[in-house]
Amino acid sequence: METRTMTSVSPASPNSLRNQPDSAGHFGPYGGRYVAETLMPLILDLDAEYRAAQADPAFDAEFRRLLRDYVGRPSPLWHAQRLSNHLGGAKIYLKREDLNHTGAHKINNCIGQILLAKRMGKKRVIAETGAGQHGVATATVAALFGLPCTIFMGAVDVARQQPNVFRMKLLGAEVVAVEAGAKTLKDAMNEALRHWVANVDDTFYIIGTVAGPHPYPQLVRDFQSVIGNEAREQFLAAEGRLPDALIAPVGGGSNAIGLFHPFLDDADVAIIGVEAAGEGLDKRHAASIAGGRPGILHGNKTYLLQDDDGQIAEAHSISAGLDYPGIGPEHAWLNDIGRAQYVSVTDDEALNAFQLLTRLEGIIPALESAHAIAATMRIARNMGPDKCIIVNLSGRGDKDIFSVADALGVRL
Amino acid sequence: MNRIAAAFAKPHAALAAFLTAGDGDTAANLDALVAGGADIIELGMPFTDPMADGPAIQKANLRSLAKGTTTADILAIARDFRARHPDIALVLMGYANPMTARGSAWFAAACADAGVDGIICVDLPPEEDGELGPALREQGVALIRLATPTSDAARLPAILDGSSGFIYYVAVAGITGLQQASNDSIEAAMARLKAATDIPIVVGFGIRTPQQAAAAARVADGVAVGTAIVEIIGKYGNDAAEPLRLFTAELAQAMRAKQEDMIG
Repeated sequence: METRTMTSVSPASPNSLRNQPDSAGHFGPYGGRYVAETLMPLILDLDAEYRAAQADPAFDAEFRRLLRDYVGRPSPLWHAQRLSNHLGGAKIYLKREDLNHTGAHKINNCIGQILLAKRMGKKRVIAETGAGQHGVATATVAALFGLPCTIFMGAVDVARQQPNVFRMKLLGAEVVAVEAGAKTLKDAMNEALRHWVANVDDTFYIIGTVAGPHPYPQLVRDFQSVIGNEAREQFLAAEGRLPDALIAPVGGGSNAIGLFHPFLDDADVAIIGVEAAGEGLDKRHAASIAGGRPGILHGNKTYLLQDDDGQIAEAHSISAGLDYPGIGPEHAWLNDIGRAQYVSVTDDEALNAFQLLTRLEGIIPALESAHAIAATMRIARNMGPDKCIIVNLSGRGDKDIFSVADALGVRL
Repeated sequence: MNRIAAAFAKPHAALAAFLTAGDGDTAANLDALVAGGADIIELGMPFTDPMADGPAIQKANLRSLAKGTTTADILAIARDFRARHPDIALVLMGYANPMTARGSAWFAAACADAGVDGIICVDLPPEEDGELGPALREQGVALIRLATPTSDAARLPAILDGSSGFIYYVAVAGITGLQQASNDSIEAAMARLKAATDIPIVVGFGIRTPQQAAAAARVADGVAVGTAIVEIIGKYGNDAAEPLRLFTAELAQAMRAKQEDMIG
């Protein structure tokens, strides 16, 4: 692949949608730095260090080397012919992030952040995790770099993602089961922030999604943009043009923004994020844009599931990775300006898509990714065979087979 | 003189006592804190995600929310307190989302209307002042910012600019109620802050015993105690008022004792 900077396909023009955030971390009215004062100096340091790293060719070279030789990038862009034929509409390509080392897109960001941690001289890393994919990816890079690692995980998620808990422990990480609140991703993030505040001197917090205080939404996006940069190049090589639509699942939204960002200025490429509608938008769900409104949580302003008093609601999704009551601030902004469209998919639709893709393509998708497949099933049918879609297959579903068996009433 | 300034004009350091609104019999507990000698009341606004709080105050938040405490209830608690105690300073302490959920103008006006003298918003650094600061200033409600052990000389001016009422010095780099602050570090921080501002400084986080309060009172303008109070409410439930009055009186007495008495 040709050499380019890690952040963009080409220099962004002054009016580019790829110029966000501003220097204070705002994407329109969203984003920002809503953190305890104790963390502010560290956040400002991280911002300065990240800017220095961006300007350092050696940082970029090391990031690329690790992505190529350790993660196994570029990940393939697979033309899913049987799925396309089955749906009888657009041509569907799958960006195979499931084939990355550790089985999901999460590792891309972890490689970038651990290089920053090393650069800042931090002695240990912490992370929050929902499904466990980010926890495994963080524990993996911590092992690779020989840094002690503590992972905060909601106790409910610990119970439903046992294989990933064991993986993290094998990798040498300490896994803290968080008993507060609903004991899922939101509570894990609260606990990680509490721990970080008490250990700011020596600890780097590897946030797993495009949320949190600035500069996290920006730097996580930049590290994940390798997905979209590769997909763009691979698609151009395969079809000689740009795709008609991009579809990706959105919890916090790091895989989605990674795919979307390099295409933001290509007005003819439709961009579709898929939120988790859980049991339905009128019941328990995790669709922050469809069912929430702007508010402040975990260091940033964005769409949140909340009541009139600003109390945060519990999210629900069959997919632990989407089970979060917020969404990355850049997605909130892309929604408001109309550049991206956010649709939602229920647990049942995701389960159907999970099985369909498995049978038609021999690819077991993560339940997160199955949400994107389910949306694709609706959208592709209404597009002609001359149209093309890239779907982000953000992770593999091995971790989910127990949840799926449970939902299907199968006893293992 | 406004009520916050009056709290610092007394011959002794001000005792700022914290409890979570809606946790236990809040009106009776607030009266007990005043009877025991609290000079400033910090009324916590419960939040589902209290990221800066340790287990004790997290539980108090959940107890309150489980009882269905709303923002309207909290403002009613404040208004009733103000009617009973016209001269005691009252500040609301909490997180940005509940404070901004109906817009900053609404919140600032509601605070002024309820007789709230100031706001401490844990996750609103000066960088995001626009979220609440202008509306509070317009209503004459103090915006009490936090300074921490990580607030160095380069950082302090940003914190002080736009602060009013007092500065809340977070004595430990951490969450409420867990670590203890060392006297030496508090003393050094006070010297640093005093050199930079005339705004009164209240020390909090990690202060839970009368002895610690007395030691901090010797170098600061005020001392905030929260977790120890919330633990008493957690232990005694709806019958916490009398134990709270006794505990607050111990704190106040220790803080008001002359230094030589303390040494004996």
